[in-house]
Amino acid sequence: MINHGTLPYLLALVLLGIGIYAIACKKNLIKVIIGVIVIEYAVNLFLVLLGYRARGGAPILEEGQSMDFFATHSVDPLPQAMILTSIVIGLGVVALMAAMAVRIHEKYGTFDLSQIRKLRG
Amino acid sequence: MKRSGMSLIVKEVTKLVTGFIALYAAYIILYGHLTPGGGFAGGVILACCFILAVLAYGKDFTSRMITGAGAKAWDTLGATLFLAVALLGYSVGGFFANFLPHPGNFKLVSAGTIPVSNVAIGIKVAACLLGVFLALSVYRPGRPSGPEE
Amino acid sequence: MTDVMPVLYAVLGFTLLASIVAIEAKDLLSTVISVSAAGAGLAIIFLLLGAPDLAITQVVVEVVCMVLLIRVAIRRDDTTIDRARDMFHVAAGLVFGGIVIVAGVYAFRWMAPFGEPKMTVSQLYLDRGLADTGAANAVTAVLLDFRAYDTLGEATVIFAAVIGAYAVLRHVGRRHHEAIGHEPDC
Repeated sequence: MINHGTLPYLLALVLLGIGIYAIACKKNLIKVIIGVIVIEYAVNLFLVLLGYRARGGAPILEEGQSMDFFATHSVDPLPQAMILTSIVIGLGVVALMAAMAVRIHEKYGTFDLSQIRKLRG
Repeated sequence: MKRSGMSLIVKEVTKLVTGFIALYAAYIILYGHLTPGGGFAGGVILACCFILAVLAYGKDFTSRMITGAGAKAWDTLGATLFLAVALLGYSVGGFFANFLPHPGNFKLVSAGTIPVSNVAIGIKVAACLLGVFLALSVYRPGRPSGPEE
Repeated sequence: MTDVMPVLYAVLGFTLLASIVAIEAKDLLSTVISVSAAGAGLAIIFLLLGAPDLAITQVVVEVVCMVLLIRVAIRRDDTTIDRARDMFHVAAGLVFGGIVIVAGVYAFRWMAPFGEPKMTVSQLYLDRGLADTGAANAVTAVLLDFRAYDTLGEATVIFAAVIGAYAVLRHVGRRHHEAIGHEPDC
């Protein structure tokens, strides 16, 4: 009935589609920035979903755990390591977009994209 | 953004809380190889601590101690330390080889160069984010943009 | 897998709803708050999927992101933009979003099902993480010993983004340029 094998991936793709809709259709510059943030969330979520092992625990070894149990019952650490750097890079990108938005507002006086396209700089 | 900071309650609470946030950030960075966390999370928490101080007390009061030039200096220091750890790995095997000894497991001083790399990454990320926040908050759209710009 | 799936679907649905509200809200303050709610939902999903490092990082990055967005978006003299939609743009956006989703659904048949990852390289990292590096946290061992070159790349990307922000926010003085007879070129 509900295919647990692919439904989480499908929901992550729907989040990606929402972000693409926001970038393509919205007139407010802040909404475009929000669209980029939502796309970052969707991609991070999709890659972490790829690494999940059913009934698995976090990939952190505790003192009394046996290595065999740990190696067969923990989730994949490789996507987590890559997404950890990706989250912080996403923050750097948002800071850069915020700086550009501040300059655009100073120059044009508005965040409306249809007005910004019409005025010459 | 008001230049004189926030109300008295916010200032008093910030005085009490900022030290604990910095201590928490140091814990997350140093124990990154034993418990969840690491350099990136701890670095962002350390940046949050300074951002809280700047927001609560206003730019005029904190601009003597927390400056943009200081943030840039710490940023390059963190990046240089990380690169130094990478290049010193050549003394053992190759680029980024783990060259410090690993004495025991589950202790604070273990895992070779990993705690040193964590500290370097933590300093770098904290200084980067603090620098960006200071640049955005200090920026004032002062000059009118003329036709030649 | 049945013990975590209902909660996972519930929080995933909350995140989708919060992001839709963030995009369609008329008021910029509601937009910023909704996107922070979506980020908090994402942090809970990371915790359910067994990634505590990611949950910590996502929460604090969300806080700093909200501070930056409030600095940009909330102004005293802002009017909300309420114009008629351009039909071509809405149709183009929906078509492209739909193409991405349909292509993704077709690609699922080549992927491993959710909950059974292939783990060709990661099994090696899990088996020999403690022995080779001495770190109990496998994610830190991967990030700073097995794949440390990628971390160097990440540090470079953050550096470049921050330098870009500094360059955009710089004032080039008109007085200095007028004094030496140049046109401002910033």
